Amino acid sequence: MPPLLEVRAIRKRFPGVIALDGVSLQADAGEVVAIIGENGAGKSTLMKILAGIYVPDEGELWMDGRPVQFRDVNDAMQAGISLIHQELNLVENLSVAANLFLGRERTVGGALRWLDRTAMRRQALALLERVGLPAPLVDVEVGRLAPGQKQLVEIARALSLQTRVLIMDEPTSSLTQRETDRLYEVIDSLRSASVTVLYISHRLAEVKRCADRVVALRDGKNAGGLSKAEIDHDAMVRLMVGRELKQYYPRSERVPRAGFPALEIRDLCYEGGPKQPINFSVRAGEIVGMAGLVGAGRTELAEAIFGIRRITQGEVRVAGKAVRIRSPQQAMAAGILLVPEDRRHHGLVLQASVGFNLSLPNLPRLSRFRLVQRAKESAVGEELRRRLRIKTPSLRQTVGLLSGGNQQKVVFGKWLARQPTVLILDEPTRGVDVGAKSEIYALMDQLAGEGVGIWMISSDMEEVLGMSDRVAVLHEGHLTGELQRAELNEEAIMRLATGGSK
Amino acid sequence: MSDSDYAPRWWSNLGSVAGVVGLLLLLYLTLYLTDPENAFSKRNLKDVFSRQGYYAVLTLGVAVLIITGGIDLSIGSVVGLSAVGFGLMLREGCHPYLALPIVLAGGVIIGLFHGLLVTQLQLQPFLVTLCGMFAYRGIARWLTETPVGLTDVTRIQPSFQSALETLRLFLIGKNATGYLEFPMQMVVALVLALLIGIVVHGSVYGRYWYAIGYNEQAARYAGIATKQQRLWVYVLCSFLASLGGLLLFLDRGTADPTNAGESQELYAITGAVLGGCSLRGGVGVVPGMVLGAMVLPLLENLVNFAQIKSAVIPLVIGLTLLVGTIADEQFQRSRRKT
Repeated sequence: MPPLLEVRAIRKRFPGVIALDGVSLQADAGEVVAIIGENGAGKSTLMKILAGIYVPDEGELWMDGRPVQFRDVNDAMQAGISLIHQELNLVENLSVAANLFLGRERTVGGALRWLDRTAMRRQALALLERVGLPAPLVDVEVGRLAPGQKQLVEIARALSLQTRVLIMDEPTSSLTQRETDRLYEVIDSLRSASVTVLYISHRLAEVKRCADRVVALRDGKNAGGLSKAEIDHDAMVRLMVGRELKQYYPRSERVPRAGFPALEIRDLCYEGGPKQPINFSVRAGEIVGMAGLVGAGRTELAEAIFGIRRITQGEVRVAGKAVRIRSPQQAMAAGILLVPEDRRHHGLVLQASVGFNLSLPNLPRLSRFRLVQRAKESAVGEELRRRLRIKTPSLRQTVGLLSGGNQQKVVFGKWLARQPTVLILDEPTRGVDVGAKSEIYALMDQLAGEGVGIWMISSDMEEVLGMSDRVAVLHEGHLTGELQRAELNEEAIMRLATGGSK
Repeated sequence: MSDSDYAPRWWSNLGSVAGVVGLLLLLYLTLYLTDPENAFSKRNLKDVFSRQGYYAVLTLGVAVLIITGGIDLSIGSVVGLSAVGFGLMLREGCHPYLALPIVLAGGVIIGLFHGLLVTQLQLQPFLVTLCGMFAYRGIARWLTETPVGLTDVTRIQPSFQSALETLRLFLIGKNATGYLEFPMQMVVALVLALLIGIVVHGSVYGRYWYAIGYNEQAARYAGIATKQQRLWVYVLCSFLASLGGLLLFLDRGTADPTNAGESQELYAITGAVLGGCSLRGGVGVVPGMVLGAMVLPLLENLVNFAQIKSAVIPLVIGLTLLVGTIADEQFQRSRRKT
């Protein structure tokens, strides 16, 4: 009997990057297959191709021994493939029943299309029972449900579509332990109902708990697989990592300065963060990489230190002095600067010019009697442009029209007119081309040499290994461990990032 | 801001300003052709100038607010309340030189109130000022049911006569007999435009306002006190609306609580949009605001002289704005392509 689902040598290219390079995959009916890999390994792209969201450039999809082609999500749904997104797609202000039948409402009265509420409610109740949600929830607004319950509603909706292959992308990232256990039970019952489950997870303990088989991806290629018996933490980590360093990382001989750390975080809690307080420090002249998987809470921690998120407890010290941070202005005054993760929304005013952006945080020192001194502004702007080698026809160019790398240089440039004590870099080279990357690394090396404490949050493993003097690893909001330069290797980091211990 | 300029200067965005200049020239030409004798007389042009100046005062406030991504629907009611309040204070014996700053301070307080609700409670500007629109009108009507007139005031308080005549001459340009000697409201508007222009195009604050209008989050991440800046702009807008109320009372010599200033917020917003401001925020230059504010009073005057029923005025305004918007959108689109 042919496998229910077969992926043959799929290739998918995006501008500037090959997301999938000849990936193959098979899954039988009633099999639970876990897809693992680092950030950017191609897992989500593969799932989106299966769900009809992307069309592959090359390669074939087969179902039941026949080739199939999905032009859009509807085609995939017709074939029985449903994807449950990381961000759930439910309408929060409608009831559970209404969500289950959204867009496919049962109607009576012919062309009048009156809603057949009783029929929908009855079918909804049957679906809720299948995923183990209590019947009274059927009339409750989805917005009032807990994250785990929403997840189960999504699964119920998928089941109502006669789904044969259910794809779950990080289904447990926002669930509590109880909710996660509940999800396992549902997955078990789906397995016995011959539904195939493809399951992306960064939590290796979970994979071990519920997968029948593991498929690993690395850099858009198959990196091997594990059968049920072979699944263990170290084996999975080995499959996910292991590749040559391709980028050149400049490292002048840096010696972290003695004395007070540039930044010290003591017993800190912040709004929306974990209950367990966090302790962390960066010394002057040191580059500390912060690794962790997407959603581990690294950006949130940085936002708290920069005054974007409210600090609820604990202390922040800069160069030995306790500072009070309730706004970015206070953070900046204390010498903490942030290059944010989301360049387009937080880092730049995209519609404005390069010069406008470069001078925006520095206007007070470029002005006299609060009037901007344009000559001084242009001079400073031109100097930054030269120093960072920003490729732009002029400072008047709209910054949104520059390449990602040059945009990022402008974000750096905004802060270079100041002397930071601590520079927080959140994904400093995301979406940046190779050439600009090297220049950014050189700049980081130079700043550290000048005694700036650099805290680099990064999901790019090569970058973390190449640039860091020390690596702190976050998992679900708390620090799972720190590695010194000598003990740095990819497997050790991945082990900590997936919740293992040193 | 145009992509050809480093940061918004007062002559930036000449494209959209050119559009409104063309429109004004066309309207003046039509006015001339309709009735060169009367419509293009010095007297009528002075009159139109005077009204254009008045609307420019209101437009400047809301236009700056629109640059930061805000909106104010309460302007007309603030005008009405200020005009009525000013008249009542005079009638009750408050000296004009004292009543004037009190009214303006009232405008500042209203602006603070709006700004705090929008920035601290994070309410939508549209809703906050919509409530204001009803509330201030209500207060005005509660204070008095009948119109307050300048003639009542001078009858009851004869000693105020000379002060009021001085104010009227300096702010409106009308002499003791009520004859318009010079369109002083336009002078008031131009002085304000100059001051606001220096702030918007020359100062640090103007930069912050554009940044907030384009992308408030990026401004916040750049260390700008965005809430504080937005608050001041609400204050500016309501302050200018209360000044408008003073002008209205001094000019017309009467203020009716039910309709003084009614729907003038819409005239002000229309002026801002015709002058090149985008309701999405981040776009607009001060000269454009004044020019945009000049369109509607001229259009009204033209309709009157063309002996068209004045009932069509709203229709004409609506169509002008629609055509202007479409033309601007097409212009922007064609520029994006190149």
